[in-house]
Amino acid sequence: MSALKQRIDSLLIEPGCATNQAKNDKARKAGCKKPLTPGAAAGGCAFDGAKIALQPIVDVAHLVHGPIACEGNSWDSRHVYSSGAQTYRTGFTTDMGEFDVVYGGEKRLYRAIKEIAETVKPPAIFVYQTCLPAMIGDDIDAVCQAASTRFGLPVIPVNAPGFAGSKNLGNKLGGEALLDHVVGTMEPEFTTDCDINLIGEYNVVGELWQVKPLFDALGIRVLASFCGDARYRDIAGAHRAKAAIMLCSQALINIARKMDERYGIPFFEGSFYGIADMSDCLRRISALLVEQGAPADLPARAEALIAREEARAWARLESYKARLKGKRVLLFTGGVKSWSVVSALREVGMEIVGTSMRKSTAHDREKVVEIMGTDAHMFDELPPREMYRMLKESKADVMLSGGRSQFVALKAKTPWVEINQERHHAYAGYDGIVNLVAEIDKALHNPIWAQVKTPAPWDLQEGADEGESAFADQELRHG
Amino acid sequence: MAEILAGRKACTVNPLKMSAPIGAALAFLGMDRCLPLLHGSQGCTAFGLVLFVRHFRETIPLQTTAMSEVTTILGGQENIEQALVNIHKRANPALIGLCSTGITEAKGDDVAGFLTDIRARHPELAGMEVVFTPTPDFVGGFQEGWGKAVECMVTSLVRPSKARTPWQVNILAPCHLTPGDLEELREIVEAFGLYPVILPDLSGSLDGHIPETFLPHTLGGTTVEDVRRMGEAALTIAVGEQMRPAAAALERIAGVPFRLFDRLTGLAASDALIGLLAEVSGNEVPAKYKRQRSQLLDAMLDGHFYFGGKRIAVAGEADLLHTLVSFFTEMGAEVPVAVAPTETPILPQLPCATVRIGDLDDFERAAAAVEEGCDLLVTHSHGRQAAQRLDLPLYRAGIPSFDRLGAAHQVSVGYRGTRNLIFEVANVFIARLNEHERHANPADFLPAGRGAAPGAAVEPSAVTRH
Repeated sequence: MSALKQRIDSLLIEPGCATNQAKNDKARKAGCKKPLTPGAAAGGCAFDGAKIALQPIVDVAHLVHGPIACEGNSWDSRHVYSSGAQTYRTGFTTDMGEFDVVYGGEKRLYRAIKEIAETVKPPAIFVYQTCLPAMIGDDIDAVCQAASTRFGLPVIPVNAPGFAGSKNLGNKLGGEALLDHVVGTMEPEFTTDCDINLIGEYNVVGELWQVKPLFDALGIRVLASFCGDARYRDIAGAHRAKAAIMLCSQALINIARKMDERYGIPFFEGSFYGIADMSDCLRRISALLVEQGAPADLPARAEALIAREEARAWARLESYKARLKGKRVLLFTGGVKSWSVVSALREVGMEIVGTSMRKSTAHDREKVVEIMGTDAHMFDELPPREMYRMLKESKADVMLSGGRSQFVALKAKTPWVEINQERHHAYAGYDGIVNLVAEIDKALHNPIWAQVKTPAPWDLQEGADEGESAFADQELRHG
Repeated sequence: MAEILAGRKACTVNPLKMSAPIGAALAFLGMDRCLPLLHGSQGCTAFGLVLFVRHFRETIPLQTTAMSEVTTILGGQENIEQALVNIHKRANPALIGLCSTGITEAKGDDVAGFLTDIRARHPELAGMEVVFTPTPDFVGGFQEGWGKAVECMVTSLVRPSKARTPWQVNILAPCHLTPGDLEELREIVEAFGLYPVILPDLSGSLDGHIPETFLPHTLGGTTVEDVRRMGEAALTIAVGEQMRPAAAALERIAGVPFRLFDRLTGLAASDALIGLLAEVSGNEVPAKYKRQRSQLLDAMLDGHFYFGGKRIAVAGEADLLHTLVSFFTEMGAEVPVAVAPTETPILPQLPCATVRIGDLDDFERAAAAVEEGCDLLVTHSHGRQAAQRLDLPLYRAGIPSFDRLGAAHQVSVGYRGTRNLIFEVANVFIARLNEHERHANPADFLPAGRGAAPGAAVEPSAVTRH
């Protein structure tokens, strides 16, 4: 486990991280690991994070070495799309039993790899370590190496047992597995001057496909996406890209930075959410590619595309402006969406009454202040009870959040739109922001809100008040 | 009598099984003002939480002791202590359902000992009950965890009593009954003038209502005081084999006799329940249930055309599997494929030829291998991939059901519930029949072995297909 400990320590003092750069030596040495509070913790574990980052590689088998909880309780629950292979949606686990705990799970793991290699024949197998086998000392690196040699395919150990830390740390540990064992192990069939990597784009509900046509139109090839709709080959040959865009805040910053160091692939942090951010990405990647030797007319072509796409998006948003103007939004997400969505919603005239800064970096905070002109609307924590009170007192007209807080909003009879990883609508690029606004509009203007807020007949006051006449109306209609 | 086919493979593919700790957690979610707490790393809780949120479409109170690598090795006493103190401060529930996980069991944390120490140091926690349930992830599955939690609640909360309340009937509910089923059961028992205490009662907490306030613990469900008084009941009705240990414990502690129903779906099972309630209460069967029985008979008459000769593949945990396989065979269908995630004593009694211990990959392969083809797949929502690949309809049964609404309100117990189930499943067959009608072509009517091969028959009809 000491190797894992070292690996984690090195990730916690990530030099590419602005927060870390701003610390003094002592604080930096202490790392950025926030201890989780027993009885008041929320969120996924490191294994969850690693799986989220890597599972979008669609043609490999993802094998979870652990008891049934880790895979059995969670498989096939993420809406990341594939344009081809469906192997990634199959749940593979060693489902460790008592016997394996007593005698060690390595043999079962080896046999499980063998079964997958023989029946599924994927281009590679990713093996995820979990708490229990980590604790009893199963050496998955050794098993993977032996299996790889024996069965003639890459078997990649992913060392991110749940108890190593948070989901965010797990994202990075997943990234480390790619850097250690995959990136640079194969050559792309051909390369171009405009090959890029997208780092931290998972193709949730097909969002990658909302932006890929934009790059295609400019002749920019997405060589590898980490890891949305990726094939093993793409990741293995990703070291030949000329530049990269880092998305999803800094979840995979270690991949971006180390690929810059090792292979000289420069990167910048961007976002595909919101019109301005999307355009910014296209501008910056074009400029960066020219620096790397791409044709000099690329930025001009990008400007033409941006002008065309922005005009089209604005035109599509125009019809919503009147309906959404002044509507108050409570944004409960974190990371990059805390600012990229803010700017997008302000573009259509909505008012932001609050945005959470969980999981956000100092840079994210700066961006919010830059966009809002103040930090008054930022909050770090918003306990469900407090959130419920805010909504119940109508401090916001609509809440945007992840599925976890969905029912806080709904029980407070407040319109709600899902924007985290379980979402069912794609919100990236110029079309995505129109989708998001359309979803907000649909939620806000659904006729149920007026109905669910009417009092029950037995709660009506004596005498004629508003509610009673509504009830009388209803009776008339039914009669 | 079914032959049990045990799996031999090392790799579970497309799991059918879920873990014991979250089964136990769900049992605690049927308790009023309760907060289940998993003693493990925070992912154990997060996965369970997401699963229940997707199934019930409700806020799920569920906490974690947030064990790290270091605390796992050193032992979790401090984490449990901090968790209890924090929860007491923030949520102040009446009951904490503390469930262990794989790592803390493998380490061997002496949780009972920890709790004694913690109680001594924190008198302020006195008003908060803590029931500990040992649920190692590597033993059993969801159903076993649920059963264990109910048994632990009985052994740690029920007061021994000599007094008997003749109209009180305990109902020990298994994990596959929905909140809707429990509402139905309560109504049936009350109709006989009896007072039911249901343990655990998901119909109080996870029936999808709009509470007046928002609190970080369950709102509704069995109260701790209800459980304490279970020792005064005239009788315990235990539903499903998984409730046998809890029923036996209740009898041992308080002398309450129990009657175990291995299921409550189907005419015979419903008759047995109604007969027992009439006997216990000394009351005549209410007219309403006489009418419902008659409606069920009519549903069986109308429905049997669609079930007769159908081949249905079913996968689920033992008690649910038993209920479904019995129901389908009673309606004239065949169950050529039955898959359970863990081995339990009831499986050999199932009215089908074989029961396989396995996963949804075994289920899919076995269904594909049925010579004359299967007509229907029945399992939880994770069967959707298999259904797509095999081009078969999927009837969702059990947890999780994340791609349909109303899982909590599906009712399949008693006369009315059985009638529902007949209609729901028959309608799936009828929808399929309509599909087939649209695509019918003369070649389908050739006697077997004569005429063109199926592939060739497609040609002339291709125009009418779409």
